[in-house]
Amino acid sequence: MAALNLKGITKIYPHSGDQKKSKKKAGESEKKTNLQVTDQGVIAVQSFDLDIKDKEFIVLVGPSGCGKSTTLRMVAGLEEISGGELYIDGKLMNDVEPKNRDIAMVFQSYALYPHMTVYENMAFPLKLRKVPKDEIDKRVKEAAAILDITQYLDRKPKALSGGQRQRVAIGRAIVREPKVLLMDEPLSNLDAKLRNQMRAEIIKLRQKINTTFIYVTHDQTEAMTLGDRIVIMKDGFIQQIGTPQEVFDHPANLFVSGFIGMPQMNYFNAKLINEDGKYAVSVENCKVVLSEEKQKNLAAHNVAAQDVTLGVRPSHMVLAKQPGNTLSATIDVSELMGSEVHFHANANGKDVVVIVPTMNADGERIDSFHAGDQLNLTFSGNVCHVFGKDGKNLEF
Amino acid sequence: MKNRSLEASQKRMTVITYAALIIGALIMVFPFVWMILTSLKTVPESMQVPPTILPKELIVSNFGEAMKSLPFLKLYLNTGLMIFFRVICAVAFSSMAGYAFAMLEFRGKKLLFGIVLVQMSLPSQIFIIPQYQMVAKMGLANTIFALVFPGIVSAFGVFFLRQTYMGIPKEIGEAAYLDGCNQWQTFYKVMFPLTGTSVAALTIFTAVFAYSDLMWPLVVNSDLNMMTLSSGLATLRGQFTTNFPVLMAGSLLAMLPMVILYLIFQKQFIEGIASTGGK
Repeated sequence: MAALNLKGITKIYPHSGDQKKSKKKAGESEKKTNLQVTDQGVIAVQSFDLDIKDKEFIVLVGPSGCGKSTTLRMVAGLEEISGGELYIDGKLMNDVEPKNRDIAMVFQSYALYPHMTVYENMAFPLKLRKVPKDEIDKRVKEAAAILDITQYLDRKPKALSGGQRQRVAIGRAIVREPKVLLMDEPLSNLDAKLRNQMRAEIIKLRQKINTTFIYVTHDQTEAMTLGDRIVIMKDGFIQQIGTPQEVFDHPANLFVSGFIGMPQMNYFNAKLINEDGKYAVSVENCKVVLSEEKQKNLAAHNVAAQDVTLGVRPSHMVLAKQPGNTLSATIDVSELMGSEVHFHANANGKDVVVIVPTMNADGERIDSFHAGDQLNLTFSGNVCHVFGKDGKNLEF
Repeated sequence: MKNRSLEASQKRMTVITYAALIIGALIMVFPFVWMILTSLKTVPESMQVPPTILPKELIVSNFGEAMKSLPFLKLYLNTGLMIFFRVICAVAFSSMAGYAFAMLEFRGKKLLFGIVLVQMSLPSQIFIIPQYQMVAKMGLANTIFALVFPGIVSAFGVFFLRQTYMGIPKEIGEAAYLDGCNQWQTFYKVMFPLTGTSVAALTIFTAVFAYSDLMWPLVVNSDLNMMTLSSGLATLRGQFTTNFPVLMAGSLLAMLPMVILYLIFQKQFIEGIASTGGK
């Protein structure tokens, strides 16, 4: 149970001797990861500002190499903080040893001690803190009961399945009742079915133990389902912080809009028009007046008429019965998913995905579309997103 | 038809393989058998040309004579102590150094490890004179310490255990660190117990090497009572004549503890060889 404040946290990995000699090499690594490279080194995390409330569940999400794990490891104390300040419960923690930060961490690879039994693994951090034996026994058994691993306490980790090992790793972390529980992609090594199951277990666990969680993942489903707030990162920078619904409904930029949501958002080259103080977007023959909320946001930022990238999520595209104020697209592939159909179509050279229910409100079945058929698409003014040339959402 | 010819060729291959292996085994075991047979011969018979294979009469007294010529109990004890301390030192220091080279970041790490590698690639004989001078200057010649001295640090052991530690996921050490271990506790409570197989292999190699080490014990300890089995046996060779049956009987007596140890630790020994890729 603790509040965390991360103020301008930065991580710079100094160049190795070899890289200093060969500037070309450093340039190559820059190209690979898009991380900023300075004379000091490669900047893995830049100006990370975040206030985490007590008992909040924060998810750091982003593609590989975005700096999310590095940030978590800096909070844990496993990586030195190159710049900025980390406070836990108001105390500056930059130079505090990990064991004195009162945090626990669950690793992707479980990191269980192979020579110890499950009981010994879970009791180990308590033994190191010289907790009385009775208390250790009580806490280990309680944690084992919460995680449903009581029957495995005498086993060694190698005799457990992946899911059971991850439970033990979580058990070892919660048995200490830490102020902050850090989880570094804890479900990545599990198969899809077990991952779904464990995700639900973590939600339940969160209800049972009162602590602050920081969870790192590259899986947006985990981020959306687990987090109170999500921090989306790219190339060492925070792209957006918000609740799962906020980042889904109001993505701050093109990257966030593409990263959150499955299948990915559809993009169109469009024009933002301002007619009589009313904003509208026009793509080909289709012109849609934006919603009141969007009108207000754009007006507040004095956004002028301009060429924009228009984003509409596949599930927000609607099939129109007749062509008219619509976008026309040709179906490439049609995937029937039971309750809905995914159309992969081509709209004026752009690939678009459209998700529509198999049956519409009038009881008409619409699974009769095939490759090559023409679709008339439209969308409403409250579900489209307008991005400027720099990729930023013009509403922000 | 095809199946039959395949079966026949497989059978032929099996016969050839077995024959080659049996010939190899006979070649390997021949010196050992010859040693046993010689230890039971008379001196003239042992040097007879053409040689006899089986002794004309069994001279068991060669063993008694060997035991009279050398203080075997002392030699066993000295060899045992030398092996014990060399193994303890090699395991302790190699583990700590190996852990440091694999897991810790410190200035000059690459250079220091380079020095370890260089030491491994140099023949050990070139260190004998400076090492002898050091022991002699300390006034410790003709002691057990003198026997142990060159084995206090093992470059091979450092390299071997470094590789082992590098194979252990870094997260295990980090988890221990977060659980509250300091660097020393991380090493001896978590990481060291995970190197059991490698430590067993290093123990066996160090013990075998120490047991068969002849040059150093011969140079550093000239007192017969402070010699090891190998250097003691070397004294049985005369300048002009050698009593081969007694020498062979002594060698057999010297081998006994190693044969017994091998029979007990056969599995670990083979695992050790497999894990190092050694011969």
